Amino acid sequence: MREITFAQALGEAIFEEMEKDPTIFTYGEDVAKQGGIFGAYKSLLGKFPERIFDTPISEEVIYGSALGAALVGMRPIAEFHFADFLFTGIQSITLQIEKIRYMTGGQGKLHLLLRGPDGISNSAAAQHSESIETIFMHIPGIKVIIPSTPYDIKGLVKTALREDDPVICFEHKMLYKTKGPVPEKEYLIPFGVADIKKEGNDVTVVTMSRMVHESLKAAEELEHKGIGVEVIDLRTLVPWDKKTVIESVKKTNHLVVAHETWKRAGWGAEIASVVQEEAFDYLDAPIIRVGGKNVPMPFNSLLQDFVTPNYKDIIKAAKKVLR
Amino acid sequence: MAYSKDFLLNLYKTIVRIRNFELMAEKLFLEGELPGFIHLYIGEESIATGVIANLRKDDFITSTHRGHGHMIAKGADINRMMAELFGRTTGYCKGKGGSMHIADFSIGVLGANGVVGGGLPIAVGAGLGIKMKKGSQVVVSFFGDGASNTGAFHESLNFASVYKLPVIFVVENNKFASTVRTKDTTSVENISDRAVGYGILGITIDGNDVITVYETAKEIIKRAREGGGPSLLEVKTYRIKGHFVGDPELYRNKKEVEEFWLNEPIKKFEKRLMEAKMLNETEKNKIWEDSEKEIKEAVKFAKESPIPKEEDALTDLFVNDSGYDY
Repeated sequence: MREITFAQALGEAIFEEMEKDPTIFTYGEDVAKQGGIFGAYKSLLGKFPERIFDTPISEEVIYGSALGAALVGMRPIAEFHFADFLFTGIQSITLQIEKIRYMTGGQGKLHLLLRGPDGISNSAAAQHSESIETIFMHIPGIKVIIPSTPYDIKGLVKTALREDDPVICFEHKMLYKTKGPVPEKEYLIPFGVADIKKEGNDVTVVTMSRMVHESLKAAEELEHKGIGVEVIDLRTLVPWDKKTVIESVKKTNHLVVAHETWKRAGWGAEIASVVQEEAFDYLDAPIIRVGGKNVPMPFNSLLQDFVTPNYKDIIKAAKKVLR
Repeated sequence: MAYSKDFLLNLYKTIVRIRNFELMAEKLFLEGELPGFIHLYIGEESIATGVIANLRKDDFITSTHRGHGHMIAKGADINRMMAELFGRTTGYCKGKGGSMHIADFSIGVLGANGVVGGGLPIAVGAGLGIKMKKGSQVVVSFFGDGASNTGAFHESLNFASVYKLPVIFVVENNKFASTVRTKDTTSVENISDRAVGYGILGITIDGNDVITVYETAKEIIKRAREGGGPSLLEVKTYRIKGHFVGDPELYRNKKEVEEFWLNEPIKKFEKRLMEAKMLNETEKNKIWEDSEKEIKEAVKFAKESPIPKEEDALTDLFVNDSGYDY
C-alpha cells in the first residue's frame, strides 16, 4: 500500500469531501497562502481559492463564526492556530458551540469541525505546547477526535465532515510529517471505535495521539522481556470506546493509561475511574496513569523532555502495575 | 408620515405586543411563577420593531439576554415563548433554555444569548455562510452598549468589514451595562464612533422613535443586502426597568427613571399616530385589549402545558449520540 504523511492524509480527506460537498469551506490563520504553520494544508495550496482563506487573528470570531455558518447551512472547518489559542476564543466554543443545540431544545445541526495542532514540538514552550483535549471531554457538547496515524486522520476527518454534530480534532505537531499506509480507496472510521494497535495478554495500555507511538515502542521493549502489552488507541475521546477497554482489562487484568497532557485530572483519570467502577473485580493491581508533570511547558529541551512522558515512563508504569 | 395606516398600525401592534409580553413576564416573575432570570425590554420596543420591520422571513438575527422583543418582532409564537419562560415542553427550547436562550431557527432567530457579546461572532458566521452561498439574506446582530466593550465586538466588526459581510450591528445603548452606567465604562460618547476604526458606516439615532429606527435601518439593510457590507447602528434609549426583574437598582434614583417614562416609545408613537389621524382612542383600546387577551391566553397555554420528564434532560445534545456516555 502507498505511504503518505499525516498532513497529506488530512489534506486528502478535506479535498475529497470539499469536492463532493460544496457547503464545506475552511479558514483560519495562515492556512491559505502558507498551507498552515505545520504544513497541515500544504497539499491544498491553490485548491478551492474561494473556499480556503486566511483570517485575521481573531479567535473568538473564527470559532464563533463556524457556529453561525453552520446554522445557515454551511459546513465550516475552522483551524485553530495552536491548541493553546483555543483559550483566546474559548467562549465561542464552550459557551456557544457546545451548548446552543441543547439549550434551544435540539434546534439546528451544528455540522462544523474545529481542527489544529497541539502537543509539544522543539522547545515551543508554555504557550505553544499544550494538549488541552481533556477540557472538551469534561464540558459536554462537542465530539473529540485525536488521530495518531495518517490512516486514522483521513478516515476520522472524513467522518467528521459528514457528521451533523460539532467535532474538534487535535493533531499532534510531531505527527504531521510521519508516514503511514493509506489506501487509495475511500474509507471512513466511525467515532467511538478504538483501534487495538497491538495485542498482548499481560497489561493494557490505553493511549492516544503521539503517545500511541511511545506506547508501541515501550511494548516492543517489554515484549523482549516476555511481557505482553496490549496497546489500545482510543482515536476518539468523545465518545470513547469503553467496551474495547474493558474487554482488554478483563483479559490482561492490568491497566496503564498514557497521555502527554498533564497527569493531574487529565483524561486518563476519567478512564481509570470508569474502569475501576465497572471492572474492579478484573483488576489485579491499581491502575497507573502516565502523564505530563504538572507545570507549564518549559523552554529548555532538557526541561521539556523531563516533564513530558515518553516510552520509558510507560515501561516503568507497566512494570510497576505488574509487580 | 408617508406610510399607510396598515403599516403604521402593524408597527404599533408589535410594540404593544412586546410591552404586554414584558409586563406579564414581570408580573409573573414577581409573583414567583417564573424561575431563573428575566431581563425586560420595556422602553426599548421601538428598536426591535423598527429594525425587524425591514427584514424578510429568511433573514437572520442574533439577540441578547434581553431578547423577548427581538423574538416577537421577528414573528415568534407568543404561546411557545411564554411556555419556555415557564420551562414547559411546548416551549421553544422544551424547557431547556428559558428566557435567555429562546431561539427559533425556522424564522431566523439564531438565539437569544446569555453571554454579553456572544451573539456577534455567530452573526458574523451567518453572514459569512450567506456570502459563501451567494445568498441575498442579511443578518442583524442586536447587542447592548456593554457588549461594545467586549473583544467579540471589536473582532466581529473587523472581520465583517474585511469580508464585506451582510451583517448589520445594532447596538442598543440603554445607558446601563448591568448596574454600571455606560458613560463610566465606555471610551466614547457615541458607540457608533467606533465604526470608523473598522472602516464601516456608523450612525447614532434616537431609539425611542420607531419611524426613525425603521427608516435608518432600511437604508443600511438595503446597503448590506446589495453587497455594501456591514454597518454599526447605535440606537439610544433608556433602560426604564432594572437589569433584571428584582434588581434593587441602587445605582440610580427613581426620579431619573420617572423622567424617562415621559419619553418612552409607546406614548411618543401614539401621539404621532393620533396627530396624523392614523389612530383613534377606540382603535387604540382595541389593540391593547386584543394584545392583553393574547398574552393571557399564552399564560394559560403555558400553564396547561406538560412539564418535561426527567429523562428529557438527556436528549437534544447531539444529533447522533451513539456511544455517548451521559
